[in-house]
Amino acid sequence: MTRLKYMGKTVLRLLTLLIAVSILSFLLLEASPVDPLTAYIGTDSTLSEEAKEEIIRHWGLKEPPVTRFLKWAGNFVCGDWGESITYKKPVKTVIAERLKYSLALMLAAWLFSGILGYAFGMLAAVRQGKLTDKVIKTFSLTLQSAPVFWIGLLFLSFFAVRLGWFPIGLATPMGKTAEEVTVFDRIYHMILPAVTLSVLGTGKTALYTRQKFIEILNKEFILYARARGESTGQIIWRHGIRNTLMPAVTVQFASFSELFGGIALAESVFSYPGIGSALTAAGLGGDVPLLLGIAVCSAVFVFAGNLAANLLYLVLEPRAGSFV
Amino acid sequence: MEQKTKQEILSVEELSVSFSMYQKGLRKGNLEVLHKLSLSVRAGEILAVAGSSGSGKSILAHAILGILPGNACMDGRMLYKGQPLTEKEKKGLRGREIAFIPQSVDYLDPLMRVGKQVRGVRGTKERQRELFRKYGLEEGVERKYPFMLSGGMARRVLIASALMEDACLIVADEPTPGLSERLTEETLKSFREMADAGCAVLLITHDIDLAFKAADRIAVFYAGTVVEIAPAEDFRKGKEALRHPYSRAFLEALPQNEFCPLPGFQPYAAKLPKGCLFAERCRERNEMCMGEIPMRKVRGGEVRCVHAR
Ligand SMILES: Nc1ncnc2c1ncn2[C@@H]1O[C@H](COP(=O)(O)OP(=O)(O)OP(=O)(O)O)[C@@H](O)[C@H]1O
Ligand code: SF4
Ligand SMILES: [Mg+2]
Repeated sequence: MTRLKYMGKTVLRLLTLLIAVSILSFLLLEASPVDPLTAYIGTDSTLSEEAKEEIIRHWGLKEPPVTRFLKWAGNFVCGDWGESITYKKPVKTVIAERLKYSLALMLAAWLFSGILGYAFGMLAAVRQGKLTDKVIKTFSLTLQSAPVFWIGLLFLSFFAVRLGWFPIGLATPMGKTAEEVTVFDRIYHMILPAVTLSVLGTGKTALYTRQKFIEILNKEFILYARARGESTGQIIWRHGIRNTLMPAVTVQFASFSELFGGIALAESVFSYPGIGSALTAAGLGGDVPLLLGIAVCSAVFVFAGNLAANLLYLVLEPRAGSFV
Repeated sequence: MEQKTKQEILSVEELSVSFSMYQKGLRKGNLEVLHKLSLSVRAGEILAVAGSSGSGKSILAHAILGILPGNACMDGRMLYKGQPLTEKEKKGLRGREIAFIPQSVDYLDPLMRVGKQVRGVRGTKERQRELFRKYGLEEGVERKYPFMLSGGMARRVLIASALMEDACLIVADEPTPGLSERLTEETLKSFREMADAGCAVLLITHDIDLAFKAADRIAVFYAGTVVEIAPAEDFRKGKEALRHPYSRAFLEALPQNEFCPLPGFQPYAAKLPKGCLFAERCRERNEMCMGEIPMRKVRGGEVRCVHAR
């Protein structure tokens, strides 16, 4: 019963979110100074007026905004996501092609920042006030506030251009056909963007884990564990991880939204052909169908992240009740 | 007489504990909560430490186990079986030879199943099950989390944890509140059994009644120090057998006696009077009470009062 109610509520929340996100994105684009026609044909176009009229009619550019939005929404629900003006392909195709690159990138960054951040956070908490702690804290604070594109450029110019360890951009080697590209090629191209993307999350997770573990270390049950002869190592293993892993994972899932925000910049810097760079292109080109498609997809993605965090909390936290 | 020959397991000499604190104006101040406290427990003996709330009983227990918070500072000496009990020694002994029964359920990890917690890092499943049976804990309890336990069950779990290993010294901080009469008896009986087997038991309580039912000797705590240590039978005999005015007042305040509580409050650690800590509430006070009051041996007990005879 409660489970059914919970599911109903969740679906309702997702629907409201999607409607709000699509309306907001649409309004934003309406307000933007970019003229879709100019973006489509280029500023120095020599097209005749009739041809321009034809294009305007084809894309429905002159209709009132409400009509256009409703038309888009109706088609979207029926599975027709429209054509991308920028890529001159169906929006669905564009998103499908690029989503796998972005997902791989985000997954790598997510795991990387989670594992590294957690380990650093635990270490800092155990060494609270000592040099190790201070170094990790300062480093995390710096990373947390450093802009993604700036770190990306830094990595790019140092590791790719100066040292030549990594490719300068793209997801696959230039000049290789799709069949020739190996898994190794893909991973190799993903390393720098993934590390760039994970930097922000690493600092955040480290600081959060540190604070959480310090809080736990001050609890009475840690005193009792010590009174029963447990060593520091045993306390970390038996009580530390047990009491901090869950909150850390929850926060890590909730950071999905930031990850999505980060890929727009990271992918642009590395010319990585994912959703992020498509989003930038769509925004700059006034590509309403593509932008709306991506907005809806990312909303679902972020929602799924938060939902996963909530569900995990319920499963792994015995005090939260017997929902699952 | 026999007790004289038994080995002293723990002896605490002139123990003072203070906390460094940030008081108003951000200046560091020192808050002394235990003052030159001395006591000892022998093998085969139960020593009750009785005192009202906030007198520093838990701090004493934590000091013995070496689990005081980081801002605490300790002065004085402790001996375990005649050897100095340093922080390093404590690390090796606690959980093996020195067992601790904490004051509340908050001392259990909320996310660890009870059975695993009782077993600790060295215990066996057989021993844990045996103790659960002894304390009437059903087998299913070992799979529960602490928040699912009733107050009485949690107490029994904490007691069982202390008995996992064969300790020589048991420090029990208020082990009985929340237990039924039958389980209180059961718990006190197992302390007695352990004492008979050669353990020393330090039983901390605010319940003087419990203290003279269960203990061989009683140390009366007041404002962070021991004001009197006397055989339990002196407390049973009545106030004339006691040496310190506070012990007598403690006894008078009991419902089954005159039930007349002592007016006034225990002094706060930051505003301690000079001389005798009890002076403010003492009917026998005179100018001799304003100096340093040492612990003296009087009639087979020890007392911190200049007038005691
Ligand atoms: N970490 C601390 N910092 C400063 N003062 C403390 C700290 N811990 C305890 N105290 C003070 O020490 C005094 C003694 O506390 P303690 O917990 O030992 O009392 P108690 O006798 O065990 O009382 P109860 O019967 O309520 O358990 C209290 O006045 C308390 O305010
Ligand atoms: S020393 Fe003086 S004030 Fe203190 S208890 Fe004895 S008589 Fe009372
Ligand atoms: Mg206490």
